[in-house]
Amino acid sequence: MVSAATELASRASRSKEASAGGYLTIRNVGKTYDADGTCVEALKNCSIDVKAGAFVAIVGPSGCGKSTLLNMIAGFDTVSSGEIYMDGRLVAAPDLPPQPGPDRVVVFQNGALFPWKTVLENVSYGPVRQKVLTRKQAKKRAIDLLRQCGGLDAVAGSYPAQLSSGMQRRVEVVRALINEPKVLLLDEPFRAMDTVSKTTMHQHLLEMYRICRKTIVFITHDLEEAIYLADTVIVMTTRPGTIKHIISVTLQRPRLPKMLFSHDYLELKRQAAESVHAEARKAFDRGEREQA
Amino acid sequence: MPNRRFWMMWFGYLGAAGLWYASVKWLPIASFRRLPDPFTVITEWLSPNPKYGISIFTHPYYLHILHSTYRAIAAFLLATLLGVPLGICMGWSRHFHRYANSLLGLLRPVPPLAWVPLAILIFSGTESAVIFVTFLVAFFATTLNTVAGVTSIEPDYFRASACLGASRKDILFDVIIPGAMPNIFTGLQIAMGAAWFSLAAGEMIAAQYGLGFLIMESYNLIQFPTIVIAMATLGIVGFLSSALIRMLGNRLMRWREQSLGFAG
Repeated sequence: MVSAATELASRASRSKEASAGGYLTIRNVGKTYDADGTCVEALKNCSIDVKAGAFVAIVGPSGCGKSTLLNMIAGFDTVSSGEIYMDGRLVAAPDLPPQPGPDRVVVFQNGALFPWKTVLENVSYGPVRQKVLTRKQAKKRAIDLLRQCGGLDAVAGSYPAQLSSGMQRRVEVVRALINEPKVLLLDEPFRAMDTVSKTTMHQHLLEMYRICRKTIVFITHDLEEAIYLADTVIVMTTRPGTIKHIISVTLQRPRLPKMLFSHDYLELKRQAAESVHAEARKAFDRGEREQA
Repeated sequence: MPNRRFWMMWFGYLGAAGLWYASVKWLPIASFRRLPDPFTVITEWLSPNPKYGISIFTHPYYLHILHSTYRAIAAFLLATLLGVPLGICMGWSRHFHRYANSLLGLLRPVPPLAWVPLAILIFSGTESAVIFVTFLVAFFATTLNTVAGVTSIEPDYFRASACLGASRKDILFDVIIPGAMPNIFTGLQIAMGAAWFSLAAGEMIAAQYGLGFLIMESYNLIQFPTIVIAMATLGIVGFLSSALIRMLGNRLMRWREQSLGFAG
């Protein structure tokens, strides 16, 4: 028991050293899609600074370009204007080919564990493919990390489809963390979940964040979730997506479910709700118009 | 203890045989009277001294099966060896897909039998020609299903592997091939079935041995029970070969079998 605790502590301090970097600078980033001749401006002039180890949530109505922004940070998509820096290094600019990498790992909205690989093979995949660990070392590391993250080593031999969606999502976070990424990008990972599983997942995610202290960019349309999890909540406008509001969340850590009823939390929610709902309203109205 | 499904299956077989018997014996249509009834066929099939020379105790019966099986397997293997890599390339590279797809789209509707004369000219012999037309249909089924398999892979798997540091080669082996595998095996099953279709037809036109040849030969020699024996044999070997592929597929894709079992 004691040894487990010390190991955890030493691991925590080690990963704190490892994540010395992880600050993300987004400068005047814009994105224009040019599909069949009609130019659609998805994102306009976005500037965000994320400190190393910070937990930032980006909130906005559906179709506001928040996933586009995440894809550009991840290196899946090019930027049309502006730059993105990772620890001062340019990772995205209009003339730069998109370049995804293990320093910016994504956890996907619908889950993207390889269904043909077991949990253990999925988690050890990154270090093996990057050739930073041998297959054997990677498996050992994967088991350790799975165990640390709420006893997931018990399902190491299972295929993803045999797990609940919550369990799958937790494994996917572990698969990202094993690469010691500088920033973890979460694209509405709990979108399809019911409220109860969502609450459980929040605690799991907060616990993983406490252990690893990576920079996290969390995309969601759920304001309550954003405030509960993050240090900074960025509210985006509807298309073209711009930054409307930046809210610093003053709630202390560890975050506990009872805080959801605290005065501070409710006050933050009240402040943010108005601007978010105004944008959602606009997006909805435009959706109606486009349908008509 | 045989379950309900088992009995239903036999009920189906016996019902069909009954219908067959009834239509041959009792239907007031003259041309039906010439057809062999099930008992005649079964007796002939299982007879050590068959009236028309073909039963499970005769050497030529197995010679015919062997010839057909050899051709079907050769065509099928060739189709797999060429069709799967071609399909993967087409699914992988958009440019290659554009080149190959229009050509395949034009060639595919040409019925396999229409190829027989040209095939005989090209291969200067009937044996390779029959294998070639059998190969063609299997090849189209394999290729098109493989393409569908690659293009239906969830794009997030590609992104995830790129994120995790996979090279282009890694993506081929870790995402494209396993991701397309379910469709590839669907394609192989269809290919095997289609191979037997066109094989039998090809053998009727141009062959010295084989089950398709046996059917046509028995027709010409007025040995009607033998026609049905050859037909039933085609059914059995076709079923067995498809079942074999299905079993292999389930073995290779245990992740899928388990997940399907879990869901249902």
